[in-house]
Amino acid sequence: MELKVNGGWRETPELPTVGALLTHLGVTHQAVGVLQNGQVVAREAFDREPLHDRDELEIVRFVGGG
Amino acid sequence: MTDQEKAGMLPGDMGPWSVGGQAFSSRLIVGTGKYATWDGMRDAIQASGTELVTVAVRRVNIDQPDEPSLLEYVPKGVTLLPNTAGAYTAEEAVLTARLARAAGLGSLVKLEVIGDADLLWPDPVATYDATRQLVDEGFTVMVYTTPDPVLARRLAEAGAAAVMPLGSPIGSGQGVLDVSAVALIKARVDVPVVVDAGIGSPADAALAIEAGADAVLINTAIAQAQHPVQMARAMRLAVDAAFLGRAAGRMARRERAVASSPNAGVVTATSPS
Repeated sequence: MELKVNGGWRETPELPTVGALLTHLGVTHQAVGVLQNGQVVAREAFDREPLHDRDELEIVRFVGGG
Repeated sequence: MTDQEKAGMLPGDMGPWSVGGQAFSSRLIVGTGKYATWDGMRDAIQASGTELVTVAVRRVNIDQPDEPSLLEYVPKGVTLLPNTAGAYTAEEAVLTARLARAAGLGSLVKLEVIGDADLLWPDPVATYDATRQLVDEGFTVMVYTTPDPVLARRLAEAGAAAVMPLGSPIGSGQGVLDVSAVALIKARVDVPVVVDAGIGSPADAALAIEAGADAVLINTAIAQAQHPVQMARAMRLAVDAAFLGRAAGRMARRERAVASSPNAGVVTATSPS
């Protein structure tokens, strides 16, 4: 499927959920926040929220800041 | 309480300050940006005695997914305060706050909406709008603002849990340019006042606390010091010293000198006869 992740389009295998995408990208070890087509996805819903072809996602984590 | 007991008190003995129901003994909030190494950051956080540190929200680096997480270097027991740094509109700030909460960091947020990229000066209108929105959504909002007494009051009335007037531009180290504004704001709001941004030295931090700030937020002055851990401790001591001094009640200022030594009994010279 084709997904826009953090500003760039990429081809991925068929992934059923947001959680599956996070596993595919290898970012599950850190606390992340996800925006799917402009909507915040609750952490508890990662493994429920379905992914669709051409979804646009923002995946964020915490970095140093003031 | 006897004078002797009073003299032995530490700032933490005089009661905590609290934001949104969470109490803190330390009156120093520390930022986590701009450290040379993460080990150095962790050591500085420990030396500062802080119980509250700010973090920023940024995109995951998809090309380097296994990078270690900053959060692993924040000592246990220290509360995380996500900021909305980078937001130039109320919408961007609100979205960042929602993402931080969705990532599991709770409802505490440092709201920051910038209106001028060179000065990193807050946009007062967007800041006010975002405060109302986030309060409405149940966030505990600590709001970065201009040192404006009227705006600070309006933000507090809108439900902000703390107002955080800037001392001088972020990262400038110019200190607290308008110390009197801190006292003016403190007299007009019922929520904690935190001087945020611009503090460059322990003396700057002490001035802010002496002027009535409940706490100070410091990042660059510690992170970019020649010796961050030593500076973290210096800031801690300065904040504690200023808070103790404020509690002790400083002397009144006077226009003219008043001698410290007795006027009576002064030796007078007589010329030899």
